Amino acid sequence: MKKTLLVIWLAFFCLPSPAAIETFQFDSPQMEADYKQLVEELRCLVCQNQNLAGSDADLARDLRHETYEMLQQGKTKQQVIDFMVARYGEFVLYRPRFETSTYLLWLGPFLLLVVVLVAVVRRMRASARPADVDAATLAEARQLLESDESKQ
Amino acid sequence: MNRFIVPLAVFVLMVGLLAYGLRLDPKRVPSPLIDKPAPAFTLATLEDPSRKLSTADMAGQVWILNVWASWCVSCRAEHPVIMSLARQNLVPVVGLNYKDQPDDAARWLDQFGNPYATSVVDADGRVGIDWGVYGVPETFIVGADGRIKYKHIGPVTQESLNEKVLPVIRELLG
Repeated sequence: MKKTLLVIWLAFFCLPSPAAIETFQFDSPQMEADYKQLVEELRCLVCQNQNLAGSDADLARDLRHETYEMLQQGKTKQQVIDFMVARYGEFVLYRPRFETSTYLLWLGPFLLLVVVLVAVVRRMRASARPADVDAATLAEARQLLESDESKQ
Repeated sequence: MNRFIVPLAVFVLMVGLLAYGLRLDPKRVPSPLIDKPAPAFTLATLEDPSRKLSTADMAGQVWILNVWASWCVSCRAEHPVIMSLARQNLVPVVGLNYKDQPDDAARWLDQFGNPYATSVVDADGRVGIDWGVYGVPETFIVGADGRIKYKHIGPVTQESLNEKVLPVIRELLG
């Protein structure tokens, strides 16, 4: 019993060790905001479904540092993004650029919406339109109806 | 019957696309550096830290940059292949010792053999970033014009050496 209690008591100390937190000193709140946005939007190439901010990979740490250094040197956000794309390709961007190769990616959903809307409108029109019936058939139908009524 | 044709066509199209997607390897990110000038570096050599090697020293010839580290398990798997490439004496193979301890790196070469004409030390990985390295090992083929012609990500196997790396080198050598 004592042993069990001891184990339970010790278990409280098995907290997950916190990941190393980097402390960067920013010159201005704007720079800090830029840094945060960049590390959120740039992909870590080692663990490909994480951004630089969320990845504990060695390379991600280096690239965070690189991002910080570049901002510290007065580079703009766009310059940092261009730097990363020049080395690792468009793949690093979580927010792909709007250019020829990505038109379909950006506009595809709207294109699909238009196609669906057109199809729906056409279908609704088709069912709303009265059926084309020629005069002879109409006359025959009227006759049938009348003969039906006369029977009753 | 006709009403099934459109859903069936859409289904077949989707299966085709998904089958194609499954065959792609998401780990292989095409390098934007292909056909671009090789990023310049001047780094101390592993053998003698007072001696430096720069990309300018390699200008005018076809050469290979192989990124390696003693802590990298796949590099050990790749090592015999790089040895056999170096033995063919086609082009100089330069090692980029990436984020490694010089002592460990030297010991690694002593133990397994040294295929490199020379190895340069990229202790903080700064040159690695310029070359777009995101996983060791990586292998670059640089042409005589100083441009990167080919990049192999991950360990070079005997097959990829024979089927991709060597043909590119032979073509560049003319």
